[in-house]
Amino acid sequence: MKPQPSNLFITLDSKVHPVPVGITVAAALSQCSDGTTRDSVSGERRAAFCGMGICQECRVLINGQRRLACQTLCAPGMVVLTRSGGVEP
Amino acid sequence: MTTIRPDSCDVLIMGAGPAGLAAALAAAPTGVRIVLVDDNPAPGGQIWRDGPGVVLPAGVKRRREALLQHTNITLLSGTRVVTVPHHKVVLLEDAEQGWHLRYDKAILCTGARELLLPFPGWTLPGVTGAGGLQALIKGGLSVRGERIVVAGSGPLLLAVAATAQAAGAQVLRVAEQAPLSQVAAFTGTLLRWPSKAVQALGLVQIGYRTSSFVLAASGQGHLESVRLQQGGKTVDLACDRLACGFGLIPNTQIGQALGCVLNADQAIAVDDWQACSQPDHFAAGECTGFGGSERAWLQGQIAGLAAVGRHAQAQVLWPSRQRWDTFATVLKQHFALQDKVKQLAEPDTIVCRCEDVRYSQIADCSGWVEAKLTTRCGMGACQGRICGAATHQLFGWTSPEPRMPLSPTRISSLLQKPVKIDRSE
Repeated sequence: MKPQPSNLFITLDSKVHPVPVGITVAAALSQCSDGTTRDSVSGERRAAFCGMGICQECRVLINGQRRLACQTLCAPGMVVLTRSGGVEP
Repeated sequence: MTTIRPDSCDVLIMGAGPAGLAAALAAAPTGVRIVLVDDNPAPGGQIWRDGPGVVLPAGVKRRREALLQHTNITLLSGTRVVTVPHHKVVLLEDAEQGWHLRYDKAILCTGARELLLPFPGWTLPGVTGAGGLQALIKGGLSVRGERIVVAGSGPLLLAVAATAQAAGAQVLRVAEQAPLSQVAAFTGTLLRWPSKAVQALGLVQIGYRTSSFVLAASGQGHLESVRLQQGGKTVDLACDRLACGFGLIPNTQIGQALGCVLNADQAIAVDDWQACSQPDHFAAGECTGFGGSERAWLQGQIAGLAAVGRHAQAQVLWPSRQRWDTFATVLKQHFALQDKVKQLAEPDTIVCRCEDVRYSQIADCSGWVEAKLTTRCGMGACQGRICGAATHQLFGWTSPEPRMPLSPTRISSLLQKPVKIDRSE
């Protein structure tokens, strides 16, 4: 077993959440919210799908930049906005 | 190992999975300047992906530590190749900036992605790829206490189920579309690769069913249940996640952009030296056709040695590679997709997830171009990587040629001044 990791804090859709050090933003979204990332062009909620940087379903705004949640590690103070944060990434 | 942003190198290696790591470690002792580019946060590729949900095998840790010992290897994680502006020049982009890199030799180790086929409900949150769920769990996704169904085809399904179970999930079912006769025949051949036979024994699942495949996923805003065809009957299972992957597709986009020809299997064509049709370009691992990490490791070593002119050393590895090439052939034969599995989409099923184009909108199109022009199918952020493969299975359409930029890219990166090209060469 790996030792229990310590936490860092990220802001997800205007709320501050503690998350374990070393997890991806995709993992954090699932832990802190319903895990969804964006609204599709016809209005469906979507979440991480391919898990490896291909499908672009997990795109969110991270510190103002459009990034893939599955390929981005959480960092202290990171600001993450999903579509539920009022922004279309 | 260093981590600055270099603007030139002798050997550019794209992809830091088993093949890319092997290539870098094989070429490094000559002292050439190596740049290893990878779009994930840490090296290892999919199979050796590190993260909080992972305990890496000792051999893998050793290989990663060996990488750090070489001062002539620069590892650029979280970095993508986004365009190929000139011969032997690539535009790279990381989280902060874009920049050009000039190289002398290149080794493509771009791996494979999952074949993800449309079925009713496949766009619901909670439905992921099979390898996709494994990658997400390795990245720290918590599945403790969740009920999971794994479906699709190939030995990867069992590895995914094992990862989910180890992470505290309850795996309700592993649905393999191949019939029992094929799976049994495959298992029989494993004795020729004892390491694989041992791996397989560790992956035995109570919920494993053959001739079984997903018919539909349903739920209000999130996956709630999965309907499976199981032999002659239909089964409904209430669950929290469905991990569904139908096999692998080589990632050839960068190779094609560099002018490398594909083979009959739509993988990057290579010769015995792992050399591509384009001079000074090599390819290794799953982008040349899939066959597992052992094969990728050997191919990577051969490519790395050949790229630095150490052909005698490379040739010694040919017989070992041949052994794993045979494994790759056996794998492909036994898990071939049944036709009914390719046709799970209903008329209102979304086929292009980026543009929400439904099956009925494109079913009468003559091909990819007409579908694009009339419906925007394949014109979204993934650039047809998912629906291109899906429509190939559904309608036999030829997948699109890659176009620049190869993935969504910031304008500021595209505005980077190109590096000076020496015309005397």
